Amino acid sequence: MVAAVRAAPRAPYAGRVLTIDRATHDAIVAHARRDHPDEACGIVAGPEGSDRPERLVEMVNAAGSPTFYEFDSTELLQLYKEMWDRDEEPVVVYHSHTATEAYPSRTDIGLASEPGAHYVLVSTRETGNNDGPVEFRSYRIVDGEVTEEPVEIVEQLPARSAV
Amino acid sequence: MAIEVRIPTILRTYTGGEKAVPANGDTLAKLIDDLEANHPGIRERLVDGEGGDADLRRFVNVYINDEDVRFIGGLEATLADGDQVVVLPAVAGGC
Repeated sequence: MVAAVRAAPRAPYAGRVLTIDRATHDAIVAHARRDHPDEACGIVAGPEGSDRPERLVEMVNAAGSPTFYEFDSTELLQLYKEMWDRDEEPVVVYHSHTATEAYPSRTDIGLASEPGAHYVLVSTRETGNNDGPVEFRSYRIVDGEVTEEPVEIVEQLPARSAV
Repeated sequence: MAIEVRIPTILRTYTGGEKAVPANGDTLAKLIDDLEANHPGIRERLVDGEGGDADLRRFVNVYINDEDVRFIGGLEATLADGDQVVVLPAVAGGC
């Protein structure tokens, strides 16, 4: 019952696909490679309710760890205040795994607090700081339940529809 | 005395969907008790333990006028009329 209530404030995604432009996708991958072997983290903000990941914000991993990430608490507040001022929300919350697969860990699931966001996991375990294939996968995490969703990479996000 | 408390998405089930709610208290502990009185269940999401053992949960951040309360006394941090309180869950995880 609680689960149903918590999921209610936001409409479900149409089709539950993460649609992301190539430049943003590539920038997330580059961030993960640069910070390897530590975990990299950040968000992609977009207009509230739009489901459009438009504005990449790389965050510092305050934990500076290969097995943990956490936004610095002061930077977290700055980030959210900036989003509130711009009527944005975190459309994507991303972080990297540097030695394990791109799947949410028990800790990731327990701490996920944005039921409307796409949680993106990038794994650099195969290629580290170097070029080459990386796993880039997306999930919804709501009340401890993980649902993987397809990732559609487009050259540009479609034009904003008039709402 | 009224203090505006900004509520994160994940806790708005306790506030009927409201993004911000008024509350009273001259310390953070009292403010949270007042929130609990009007929005039952919310305290347990913010605080671990009771009485002298109570502490903010590790992965919940609370700010008073943009200052992380961990640096200004935690649950004993003092509040005055017109202060702004923001609650934000940590963005964190780990493999």
